[in-house]
Amino acid sequence: MSTPTRAGGPDGPPAATIDDDGPQRSAYWAVIDCWTVVRRELTHVIRQPSNIAWQLGFPIVAVLLFGYVFGSAMSVPGGGDYREYLMPGLFGMTMAFGFMNTAYAVVMDTTKGVTDRFRSMPMSSSAVVTGRGVGDLISASVDLLVLALMALVVGWRSDGSVLATVAAFGLFLLLRFALIWIGILLGLMVPNEEAAGNLFAVAFPFGMISSAFVAPSLMPDWLGTIAAWNPVSSTVTAARELFGNPVAGSDTWIEQHALLMAVVWPLVITAVFVPLAVRRFQRLSR
Amino acid sequence: MPTPETSIAATGLRKIYGDKRALDGFDLTVPRGTVYGLLGPNGAGKTTAVRILATLIRLDGGHAEVAGVDVAREPRNVRRRIGLAGQYAAVDEILTGRQNLRMFARLFHLSSRRAQQRADELLEQFELTDAADNGVKEYSGGMRRRLDLAASMILTPDVLFMDEPTTGLDPRGRNEVWRAVRSLVTGGTTVLLTTQYLDEADQLADRIAVIDAGRVIADDTPAALKNSVGSDRIDVVVQDPADLPAARKAVTAVAIGEPSSDEAEGSVHAPVRDRVGALTEVARTLQEQGIVLDDIGLRRPTLDDVFLLLTGSRTDDDTATSAKEDATA
Ligand SMILES: Nc1ncnc2c1ncn2[C@@H]1O[C@H](COP(=O)(O)OP(=O)(O)OP(=O)(O)O)[C@@H](O)[C@H]1O
Ligand SMILES: [Mg+2]
Repeated sequence: MSTPTRAGGPDGPPAATIDDDGPQRSAYWAVIDCWTVVRRELTHVIRQPSNIAWQLGFPIVAVLLFGYVFGSAMSVPGGGDYREYLMPGLFGMTMAFGFMNTAYAVVMDTTKGVTDRFRSMPMSSSAVVTGRGVGDLISASVDLLVLALMALVVGWRSDGSVLATVAAFGLFLLLRFALIWIGILLGLMVPNEEAAGNLFAVAFPFGMISSAFVAPSLMPDWLGTIAAWNPVSSTVTAARELFGNPVAGSDTWIEQHALLMAVVWPLVITAVFVPLAVRRFQRLSR
Repeated sequence: MPTPETSIAATGLRKIYGDKRALDGFDLTVPRGTVYGLLGPNGAGKTTAVRILATLIRLDGGHAEVAGVDVAREPRNVRRRIGLAGQYAAVDEILTGRQNLRMFARLFHLSSRRAQQRADELLEQFELTDAADNGVKEYSGGMRRRLDLAASMILTPDVLFMDEPTTGLDPRGRNEVWRAVRSLVTGGTTVLLTTQYLDEADQLADRIAVIDAGRVIADDTPAALKNSVGSDRIDVVVQDPADLPAARKAVTAVAIGEPSSDEAEGSVHAPVRDRVGALTEVARTLQEQGIVLDDIGLRRPTLDDVFLLLTGSRTDDDTATSAKEDATA
């Protein structure tokens, strides 16, 4: 083994002279560090392509099950093809389940000491969180892309304009963005990865008790109300409108204002959960 | 900024969790270039001390400087001067060894080119070049710890903190880590390490602080600590447990303290002053009585003796409770 180089020596990087102080420099490093953390997330996606399959296993089974097995028995109030109705629901459900990926990644880093390593380094501390957020959004985009291709294969189409179609996908990502903060908070709260896996018990009703598969108007009243007010429903219904897919229209206020609520819900969730997640993160130093 | 002669200066550190005092008047002075071992029973506060000094948790009282920088006031400046190798190998399992080091080097704000160079240097230094492009998942425990160490050494820190760096490693992995630590020290890094293995402290540390209930109760070189326990010990192991009382009597005759015996092992131990005299005397007495021995010998006091003497009887209960905590954690 060679003798290690000293900080400040000819080879060792001079610790004290790395210029990363001052407000401008720290904003610069907040961005650079965020990008480094994002690169790590992307490398994960590239090194574990099978994860995408895992991720999309459930939606794919759901397409087969609901689209084909039960498909003929499913009806859309107000008419329309059930498979056309179903696809935006699956996109929304996949986004809804996404907070589990965030929570899982956070709990892994915390229990394996990676978070502590980051915190013991002179890097920008916001980058730990922002890097997670951007990275998760990118992998959610990959999930959406694969799902959309699959949907095209089974005959789903967007009849909306290009702009409307892009906006619909934007709404899905907005929902996923809001859920990142819930994921970070839960990831910091649960003790280990098994417990993070148990979050599925929360994710499942959150994704399913919504307009993703069945119109709330077909559910018992109380359940239909819950489903209609589920943020996932607003996003899914808004996307159906934008895609020009069957909407299963209803005259309740919440369903009449899906587009509005598809923006409002994520903003509210973000406003509530960012401070909670940040506070929880800061509590690590207690 | 010149590297100060004192790498760690902690006075009166306090850390309180609820009504539990994890650190309670913890003082430690570590001169530059030393390997300092922190020993203590479970729950003594070793990890808490390391985490405070490494700026991971805030202190509730006292004052600490690491590499001349106040940990409470300038944590970022401390972070530029330290490395931390925690109880787990804190590396990304999915990335390769090389990708890990490049990522951490970038986060230490090295340029991209410099980060690549530094990763290669460290892989070489920690003998990981061959496995550099394998996923860390495939690494052995020893390799992970070495990668973890390498990640802690990116800026060649003034002070390296290691919390139980070899827990869970087999002897070979442990040797690999020891070798890596020794080579760091020749580069001038000060090391503060906690360990459950007293022989590890004996092998690596220039000085040892024994801590108990959140404060340092002894602080000296390993040799001096062992001397403080007193004289050498005689160990006698009888073949037939029925002979134990007779052996005990023979040992008592030469011992300078009360002997202790272990029924299950059939052994008797006691401190003695005249080493060879005591040994021949006991051997002769027992032989005359026709008692067959499995073993008889003299040994220098070990750090185990120091540890048991200093941390006393209450260690057992504490160990039991924190073992329970570990299990539920
Ligand atoms: N986050 C925490 N919340 C509450 N109590 C804590 C916390 N961290 C540590 N403690 C308590 O503080 C005491 C010191 O813990 P610490 O982890 O520093 O001990 P240790 O010497 O490292 O023990 P071990 O040998 O088991 O690693 C213990 O009683 C522990 O239960
Ligand atoms: Mg500990």
